[in-house]
Amino acid sequence: MTLIQLTGVNKHFGDYHALRDIDLEIQQGEFFSLLGPSGCGKTTLLRTIAGFEDVGTGAIRIDGRDMKGVGPNLRPTNMVFQSYAIFPHLSVAENVGFGLRRADMTREEKTRAVGQALEMVGLGGYGARAANALSGGQRQRVALARALILEPKVLLLDEPLSALDKKIREQMQVELIKLQREVGITFILVTHDQEEALVMSDRIAVMFDGGIGQMDDPETLYRRPKSKRVAEFIGMMNFLDGEVTQTGARIEVKVQGLGRCTVESEQAPGGVAPGPVGIGIRPETLSLLFEGETTTRKQVDAVVDEVVYYGDMTYYDMRVAGIDKPLTLSMKNLIGRPVLDVGTETRVAWDERSLVLLGR
Amino acid sequence: MKGLKVYAIAYLLFLYAPIFLLPMFAFNDADIIAFPLSGFTTHWFEELTRNAALQAAVRNSLIIAASTAVLSTILGICAARAATMADWPLKRPMMGLIMLPLVLPEIIVAVSLLVVIVQVFGLGLSNTTIIAAHTLICMPFSIAVLNGAFQNLDPALEEAALDLGESRWSAFRLVILPLVMPGIISSLLISFTISLDEFIIAFFLSGANPTMPVYIWGLLRFPGQLPVVMAMGTILVALSIVLLTIAEIMRRRGLKRAGLKDTGGFL
Repeated sequence: MTLIQLTGVNKHFGDYHALRDIDLEIQQGEFFSLLGPSGCGKTTLLRTIAGFEDVGTGAIRIDGRDMKGVGPNLRPTNMVFQSYAIFPHLSVAENVGFGLRRADMTREEKTRAVGQALEMVGLGGYGARAANALSGGQRQRVALARALILEPKVLLLDEPLSALDKKIREQMQVELIKLQREVGITFILVTHDQEEALVMSDRIAVMFDGGIGQMDDPETLYRRPKSKRVAEFIGMMNFLDGEVTQTGARIEVKVQGLGRCTVESEQAPGGVAPGPVGIGIRPETLSLLFEGETTTRKQVDAVVDEVVYYGDMTYYDMRVAGIDKPLTLSMKNLIGRPVLDVGTETRVAWDERSLVLLGR
Repeated sequence: MKGLKVYAIAYLLFLYAPIFLLPMFAFNDADIIAFPLSGFTTHWFEELTRNAALQAAVRNSLIIAASTAVLSTILGICAARAATMADWPLKRPMMGLIMLPLVLPEIIVAVSLLVVIVQVFGLGLSNTTIIAAHTLICMPFSIAVLNGAFQNLDPALEEAALDLGESRWSAFRLVILPLVMPGIISSLLISFTISLDEFIIAFFLSGANPTMPVYIWGLLRFPGQLPVVMAMGTILVALSIVLLTIAEIMRRRGLKRAGLKDTGGFL
């Protein structure tokens, strides 16, 4: 069921075009992410859904109701702010129960609801504490409990994890996913961290310059980016020049340094036309041939140019004849597999299936 | 280094030594203000309580100071709130103009207000005219204190209250107001103190009922009354110190409540 529907939403701040022709449908129970670099409009979009910003043109419908002129206090949305916005003069319980002030409940019912909400975010027994005395992770949990206690149709999260350390952030990612499945509420997450978006989301909209560049599930977004911009933003990618010589169900393409290839039409998600084209290859779809190894995949001669050791993985920059910049590839550091030195002459194995043809 | 120390001590003496003379002669058992001191007395304070005209002046001053404090703080809240909101046209020049009375010579303000009130509007002079004028000169101080309180607030706090179902007014009342309350109290006390001992404007704009500073100035013509003035001054200084200390404590408490570092106070 479609819960949120945006049609032709545009927004200007003076001369600045903050949102461009946003068309978006978000399903009931979906974990949806708005991903993009800072200034791409993702936070503005979230704030228009929350009701803090008016839309210029276009319409936002939540649960079938047009939200035009409906204030943030009357929308079925609640927000977790980037700064958490915990009320510093209130206790944890008073913060969490803030939204129940107008609810038609007895004092006992409210107290019980606050207790349950705190329990849900793992802060049972913290009610009497001063909000100021909490750590970053705890403040985030209070903000979550405060928003979820009202059982909104949509929970909006504005970069909720960006202020946390790496360890706590990763732990919170998992907890958020679990929590979302538990409560079944639609989550809309704003983030600039592509890894966070890939880990947590059912679907991701990648935004650039106020518009949506691509909207897909994480796997499609990663494996089949439609444009170079999306490909650059999500994960690591090698970019090569190519030329399409024949289109159709199977596409013939000449790739710089790799030669003539045939790819499936689904490998050109952004559409394709004869002529010059950008080619993307993910580092993990390439591999090195270590001494004594053989493969049925295609091969090309290469020299190790740079080695970056990550512990579980090693990243190699390879020089290949006919390609002007080094080709990056990653290898798992399996038992018995050496880390090659710079200057080692070897071969790179590749596959036509790992190519992505990128639109403009 | 030693020269600097001597300079610093001399500087402080020059600033504050005259004030110490006030209590000294207020409790001195002699009609004339001169050393050596003749002995301890509370006679001058007793005389204060018997002087009906002085009591009327004190009452006037208290009414004016209290009204000024409330008015200037309410207007200050509005101005500080507007100043911390998103940019609006002419915001900077407007705020500059509001803060200007801080540096305007009071005598100019007094004379021009006298002309406007009496000549242009044809009104009589009363406590009301002084309250209006004092509000004018106290507002910059109120705004300076309140601006700090409002600027320290995370704008997301108000949005969070809205998001949780409150109206604009109830969000202000439940979240903003409690958080800036120390600033409001501080502003009330500072305006009260400024108005209480303001002389020039009160002198020009008070009609038949002088304020306390104006009355004290009138007493100076009678040398025999000088110790009474000293006694009055002693009470004033003590009151000012107490009020301003409370104001500063409230300001710091406000910072602490908002979880912020002290970046240099108003006092």
